[in-house]
Amino acid sequence: MSIAYQIIVCGSIVPDPLQTLEPASSPTGPALKNEMMLPAVLDPWASHALYEAANLAKTTPGSKVWLVSLGPKAKLQQVMMSVAQKVPFELVALDGPSGGFTEASDVAAALAEAILAIPGLDRSRMLVFGGWESASRGAGATMQMLGERLGIVDQFQGVDELKVQSDGALEILERIEGGRHQVSRCAGAPALLGWATGNLPEPKNNPQVGMANMRLMMPALQKAKAVKLAGEGLAFASVSLPRQMRQTRIVKDQSADAIAREIVEWIKK
Amino acid sequence: METILFIAHTEIDGTLAKSALDALSAATATSASLAAGLVVGLIGENTQSAANQIALCGASKFLAVNGADFSQARYASDAAASEALAKAAGATIIIAPATSRANRALPGVAQRLGGRADTHAAGLGVTDGKLSVTRWYYRQRMEAVVQRTTRPWIILVEAGSQPTWLGAAGTAVVETVAVVLPDSSKRTTVTGIRSPAADAQTIRPDADLLFVTGAGWTKKQADGQTHVKEAEEIIVGFLKKTRASLGSSKSLVDLGGEGEAVLPFLTHLNQVGQTGATPRHPKGLSTCCHGEEPHTVGWRFINERRAISLDPNCGWARGKADVLYVADAFAVMKKVNEMA
Repeated sequence: MSIAYQIIVCGSIVPDPLQTLEPASSPTGPALKNEMMLPAVLDPWASHALYEAANLAKTTPGSKVWLVSLGPKAKLQQVMMSVAQKVPFELVALDGPSGGFTEASDVAAALAEAILAIPGLDRSRMLVFGGWESASRGAGATMQMLGERLGIVDQFQGVDELKVQSDGALEILERIEGGRHQVSRCAGAPALLGWATGNLPEPKNNPQVGMANMRLMMPALQKAKAVKLAGEGLAFASVSLPRQMRQTRIVKDQSADAIAREIVEWIKK
Repeated sequence: METILFIAHTEIDGTLAKSALDALSAATATSASLAAGLVVGLIGENTQSAANQIALCGASKFLAVNGADFSQARYASDAAASEALAKAAGATIIIAPATSRANRALPGVAQRLGGRADTHAAGLGVTDGKLSVTRWYYRQRMEAVVQRTTRPWIILVEAGSQPTWLGAAGTAVVETVAVVLPDSSKRTTVTGIRSPAADAQTIRPDADLLFVTGAGWTKKQADGQTHVKEAEEIIVGFLKKTRASLGSSKSLVDLGGEGEAVLPFLTHLNQVGQTGATPRHPKGLSTCCHGEEPHTVGWRFINERRAISLDPNCGWARGKADVLYVADAFAVMKKVNEMA
């Protein structure tokens, strides 16, 4: 039994992990210093979700992948230039803030509205994917709230594997405590999966895929709906960098024996 | 006046895990600071043992959703049970442990109740009668103190961030909250738990030491050759002797996908850092890892940090480790294994 899934991946952009981040004040609350200047990437866990979605679509004929992304339009455009080279998808862009200090509930509301407006959406074939947490807010809450808004009560978080069974059921592995996985069987779509890393490597750039994606991407960016995130009832008393600079003692020119002895003493202390 | 509801799921043996007792400690302290009522809400097949375990925590009421339908960690049943408990308690603040089970279900419950949720709470405090929650943003690179006026406010407390509640057991009178699950909430069944064989389990959250391996273990060494087998023996030997928990940099885990030599016992679950875990251990030893920011953000909650690297100018040397040994990790760790 093969089902043509409608796979909707939710993922925003985050500062490149190698960048140094500093908090700053903005008229709308805390933000990052030079936020608009920081190089951005598609959120790492959302990226995994996108690759898993594309892989599932490839193996289930008739399936299609959408990427619903909320972020400043100009930054989205930059990031999508490289993401578009990876796997086939159609972009649904929302023009709004993508920073970590936004409210998960507000983001879920904006994403739900955008998803429900996708033409031809068939909820009985819908799989909603995303990262189980973002590398910005790290709330691990947005996907669940989105699922509730879409009426999906089969939800999974920290997903590392999805296998479609011969009867259309879904076998899903979720991360749980102690390096273990919980195995669940879900009757089928609709379902929501917040992905951890999954098992797939990052796809190589494919210029043909990029060309095909870009045909729809630019119009999607042009008509990106502006979204305001109110953050009602939320206040930040402070935002600060951790003060954890240590006085590093650098041990050079010591024999392996001497270093090993010191390490063993430290471990046993 | 606020009403605090402490929600926890029972373990297979019917008791509460340490992470739940950590969150209970936060709930009782917050209740005292806010002069708020405290209600306990338990979810599980049979919750009486768990209620007795914390009978003397000061709660005015013990509520429970019991039954076989609620024994498994399934979103639909956990959300329904938590929603019912919140409504029965009239809760304005809900405090729960940040377990995989609660993290999965409770943000959705916030949506159902018109409330808000904050996960990964590392601290709770009360100033001028206002509750504040401390949590991390940008993968532990920034710390913020959050306050909210929206209720109910669900707060998921990180394990190990609070003292464990150590009160005596007693006998609790438990009031059952009835929840009938529709068939639409039973489309998912938990069929099992998959875990590595006991001797292959390298993730040990309660270990005193986190041992992190970087990509250097599988790179060419001074003789121009890779020594993956030797690396495996050294690392596994060290873990056997010290019972340390094994972490890894993303780059080392990803090598498998790139067709390079890999250490077979490492998976993405071992990954520590920007896209991995941020474990809590008293000590951490890094080997063959250059200590750049995406790796070290995973070390935020490691108290004492030491690193072995051939590069004296690596990230660890720039205030990220207490001690950096500029040495060959193969040679040092072989000696450590002999001495440990």
